[in-house]
Amino acid sequence: MKQSNRISGGQIDRSTSLHFTFDGRSYLGHAGDTLASALLANGVRLMGRSFKYHRPRGPLSAGSEEPNALVHLRTGARQEPNTRATVAELFDGLHATSQNAWPSLRFDSMAINDRLNSFFTAGFYYKTFMWPAAFWEKIYEPIIRRAAGLGALSKEEDPDEYDKGFLHCDILVIGAGPAGLMAALTAGRAGARVILADEDFRMGGRLNAETYEVGGMAGADWASAAVAELMSMPHVRLMLRTTIVGAFDHGIYSAVERVSDHLAVPAAGKPRQTLWRIYSKRAILAGGATERPIAFENNDRPGIMLAGAVRAYANRWGVAAGDRVAIFTNNDDGLRTARDLQAKGVDVAAVIDSRQGGDLLAGIRHLQGAQVIDSSGRLGLRSVTVRLASGATETISCSALGVSGGWNPNVNITSHHRSRPEWRSDIAAFVPGAGGPAGLTAAGAASGALSTHGALATGQAQALAALADLGKAATAGELPRAEDAPIAISPLWYVHEGKGRAWIDQQNDVTVKDVKLAHQENFTAVEHLKRYTTLGMATDQGKTGNVLGIAIMAELTGQSIPATGTTIYRPPYTPVAMGALAGRSRGREFKPFRLTPSHKWAAEQGAVFVEVGNWLRTQWVPKAGETTWRESVDREVLATRRSVGICDVTTLGKIDIQGTDAGAFLDKVYANTFSTLAVGKCRYGLMLREDGIVFDDGTTARMGPHEYVMTTTTANAVTVFRHLEYCRQVLWPDLDVQIISTTEAWAQFSVAGPNARRLLQKIVDQDISDAAFPYMGAGNITIGGLRGRLFRISFSGELAYEIAVPTRYGDAMIRKLMAAGAEFDAIVYGTEALGVMRIEKGHVAGGELNGQSTALNMGLGKMVSKKKDSIGMVLSQREGMNRDDGYRLVGVKPVDPKGSISAGSHFMEIGAPVELASDGGWLTSKVFSPHLGCDIALGYLKAGDQKIGRKMRAVNFLTKTDTIVEIVSPHFFDPEGERLRG
Amino acid sequence: MANTWKSLTALGHEEAQVVAIGPYQITERCDVVLASLALRRGQDAAFAAAAHKLGLPLPSASTHAAGPVFSAFWATPEMWFVEADFASHEDIVAHLKPAFGEAASITEQTDAWVRFDVTGAPLAALFERLTNLDLSSLPDGFASRTVIEHLGVYLIRRSASAVVLYGPRSSAQGLLHALEVTAKSVI
Amino acid sequence: MIINHPILGPRDAQEFVYLGDANLINRPDGMTAGIEAFHDYLYNRDNPAGAHRELWYHEQGDRSWLVVTRNTLTHEILKVELARDVAKAQGRSK
Repeated sequence: MKQSNRISGGQIDRSTSLHFTFDGRSYLGHAGDTLASALLANGVRLMGRSFKYHRPRGPLSAGSEEPNALVHLRTGARQEPNTRATVAELFDGLHATSQNAWPSLRFDSMAINDRLNSFFTAGFYYKTFMWPAAFWEKIYEPIIRRAAGLGALSKEEDPDEYDKGFLHCDILVIGAGPAGLMAALTAGRAGARVILADEDFRMGGRLNAETYEVGGMAGADWASAAVAELMSMPHVRLMLRTTIVGAFDHGIYSAVERVSDHLAVPAAGKPRQTLWRIYSKRAILAGGATERPIAFENNDRPGIMLAGAVRAYANRWGVAAGDRVAIFTNNDDGLRTARDLQAKGVDVAAVIDSRQGGDLLAGIRHLQGAQVIDSSGRLGLRSVTVRLASGATETISCSALGVSGGWNPNVNITSHHRSRPEWRSDIAAFVPGAGGPAGLTAAGAASGALSTHGALATGQAQALAALADLGKAATAGELPRAEDAPIAISPLWYVHEGKGRAWIDQQNDVTVKDVKLAHQENFTAVEHLKRYTTLGMATDQGKTGNVLGIAIMAELTGQSIPATGTTIYRPPYTPVAMGALAGRSRGREFKPFRLTPSHKWAAEQGAVFVEVGNWLRTQWVPKAGETTWRESVDREVLATRRSVGICDVTTLGKIDIQGTDAGAFLDKVYANTFSTLAVGKCRYGLMLREDGIVFDDGTTARMGPHEYVMTTTTANAVTVFRHLEYCRQVLWPDLDVQIISTTEAWAQFSVAGPNARRLLQKIVDQDISDAAFPYMGAGNITIGGLRGRLFRISFSGELAYEIAVPTRYGDAMIRKLMAAGAEFDAIVYGTEALGVMRIEKGHVAGGELNGQSTALNMGLGKMVSKKKDSIGMVLSQREGMNRDDGYRLVGVKPVDPKGSISAGSHFMEIGAPVELASDGGWLTSKVFSPHLGCDIALGYLKAGDQKIGRKMRAVNFLTKTDTIVEIVSPHFFDPEGERLRG
Repeated sequence: MANTWKSLTALGHEEAQVVAIGPYQITERCDVVLASLALRRGQDAAFAAAAHKLGLPLPSASTHAAGPVFSAFWATPEMWFVEADFASHEDIVAHLKPAFGEAASITEQTDAWVRFDVTGAPLAALFERLTNLDLSSLPDGFASRTVIEHLGVYLIRRSASAVVLYGPRSSAQGLLHALEVTAKSVI
Repeated sequence: MIINHPILGPRDAQEFVYLGDANLINRPDGMTAGIEAFHDYLYNRDNPAGAHRELWYHEQGDRSWLVVTRNTLTHEILKVELARDVAKAQGRSK
């Protein structure tokens, strides 16, 4: 198709033609086009259907405020919904489709909603889909979801990468229009470290869309020169296609850089987008202003646009919005559009100016005191009906109408810390109020300085102020000459004439009538107005419509606009893709794995790994012929108890605690006593929180008079270390104690089973006989000359040791252990077998250390020493935590050995109704014990210590199990502990 | 006593790895030992004397300082990490303990960490995507703990084109992966 | 937020872990104080709209516990001290 609406000029590269398709039809555009400008150049005005009524819509704007022209961009996994055609940079091969229309954009079946509009007024959903409640999930919600919404997700995984990063500057300048460029030049020339970010793909802001001069040259040329100068400064960073989306505390801003959105596919290794966290000392908002429409009947037809957008399409992109264009304005800026179009040879049908008096435009039909009262054209504008000053009406044929209701400074970011904007009646707009983000000031149109001179002057002034704050010397250079015309606005928010719908918020299909209805139903506060009518919601957040809605509500309530107020602006300024927020942290790369020292060896054996925290631990190691995990786990348990098994326990937290007060320190952080522990011995320790609940447990060894090694659970390694630092620095700052984590420094293996000693004695250089290295012994050893550590501790209930070597030798160690163990048929066991053996022994772990249980609950109440002060000692004595009928740790097994029980089951007395009131406690952990040949479990049962031998029901609605169980001692296996002392 | 054990590097190889991406080189280093060295209460004079005798620098906060045998960087108030050559000082605690005696708490840290030296070109563009530290404005010899892709890492700036990282050894592959993909995105 | 660490200078609050009211420094002595005193210590906190003294831990930094005085309305940080110094000044020892 020919670019029928392409006119002369503009900042496009006509030598580069780009092919693209929209709804299957092929078009040509040029480098520098947006999808919207290219479609308009090709005479395509209809680009979407509205949210609620499925009204035909074209672009309203030429920027990021666009409510209407939302399309699907790209295909397949890269298809992106709700892309604003007005900012989508054209590339060769671009493929766009309309959304929210079926079967086609021109014939949308859901347009029936438009005929039914009297049902779909504000509050329709609230009023209609109220009851019966049971209808919500099955009937109402699916209907609403099908009918509503805009674009569709591809539902495929995003194939692109997203990056993140951190930038630092003295002064962040947000927006590269005349104010931002002047601010950046002033700050850059003074030697400040500057970041200048602009959401557009070309710097210059409105200068690219205007015809007036700056400093004696075309505004766009001045912008190019300014950019060139800034690029020559090494301390200035220019960031194109970068939107500052939020202001956070203490000068931190978030920015989304669309690195590859303008390419069909990102270059190899390059991200699609980058989320930047910018640390600034000062920031200047030079984000410009957004034009607002005037509401009138049927003001939403394709071809009706903001006047400034019509001007931008003509000046920047060389596109006439239509072959015959009318203008409807309440201020002088609208007149500028008419003059620029006239200069470009576009047929200007008329300027309908709601104001009276003043100079008439030369050579243009300028109707003062007139208003547009209606429009016609089903899929695009054909004519407007005008009420003339005389009272007569006239129909003026036109294919485009530019509407200017005045300009709203883009105050959004200044309100991110709850500052409310202030009303300025001379420009009939809100400007940034006091109390905005510390260090942020506004310049240019964002501050209400709407002229070019005003932008340059305030940009320079705010930069000088920021430089002075930072103690940097700077002088005010001469400002380039530029126009300084007032906007001369006479507010007109909506045309009062007409019974039809006049749109305020085109994205959410909110009309003047809806605001009136909200008022009638007493939703007059702006926050209520927003939620009742959906004014200002969705992707554009009401950038063009909000102030209109507020002004109309003000009129209805008889309040002033400032008294009516605004809703709160929150980040993000424009929509941000979830991918950009996730960055690289998704899928496999969500978090880095931690690998154990024996990982390589275990992988060679075909081990099955399980994520424990971030660790990959061996879960079990299947042998040939084993078809279920249970076979492997049962074999590992039986082999360990029969001879010897080896397990990598490096993941347990290890903390080196030294200092002359190390023992005293441990007495304070552990409920039991460690200062009396002999050198060369270790002891099980129980750590409480200050509220008396068990925090963690583990074994701590005394390696020297002033040297202990603490172990923590894998899960709590970090929080225990944090807690120890807290105790050391905050609670007892004069204790001589130093701590450091050694979790990863040592590869540590548990060697358990009747043959554990015989195996280890083959490789340890020292005598480790029972006499030389008794139960709970600990010490430094050597293994073939290599320094190591040995602890005689057991989690499995077997004769067991933990042996450690520096991590780099961990791989050699597991191979050495397996070689030395070959004669004993040594096996490696994983976390599942570990779990079986610890439950057989009644040791508590994650399921029991649940953050709700006391030492008494666990059957460890006697461990809490009252002879010394320790964290949690006092509050563990609270009455409620020491009731005789409180929870106690018990063992559980099914009465019928074939019976199945499940963790999470609740105990009920047999015969009692299965209800909350009968709940006696719950099962915390369950395994199959190959020794007992049945399921066994641990659990917390009220007065459990008094119920040993009793039969109860274990009921679990989730797993649908209901089993008669016997309450037993939690020590299923070798209750006297003879094996581990063997 | 020397041992004959075979070691694996943090990345799981027998030899240290070197990865080149564009102008950047990421070199795994296995030839440096580390120990934490912490001052015990009231032992300031003895501690300083022992350090002086060993030629062991005790740099101030956020700083790394090189010495003839031992180098060191600051970790936390009254605690430093000491570096030395692996071949001659593998059991670094045994080398330090006799000098410091009861004036210091000393803990072997060598294998708690993986060390990567990142070199080859100005690194600001790479590290601005990895850490919130403002690498380009930091002085040479700057040392600090920071976060790189969820991992707590010590970063030492040797020059604008040379950075040393000590990251958690168990996540060596994850840290290298982060460096690699980021390097690929900026070259 | 940025916390101006007394030793390291400005650091991003993302590196820190928040604990809560700095009155946690004033832990009663468990051998003399009873349950009531500990109950008050652990559970009864002020929740001021304004300046608030809080404990923050520089977990991804130098492991210092800090007392940060922060305006809970504006997030302005008025003062940052090493918790160890504050604790000692408040008479805590061993």
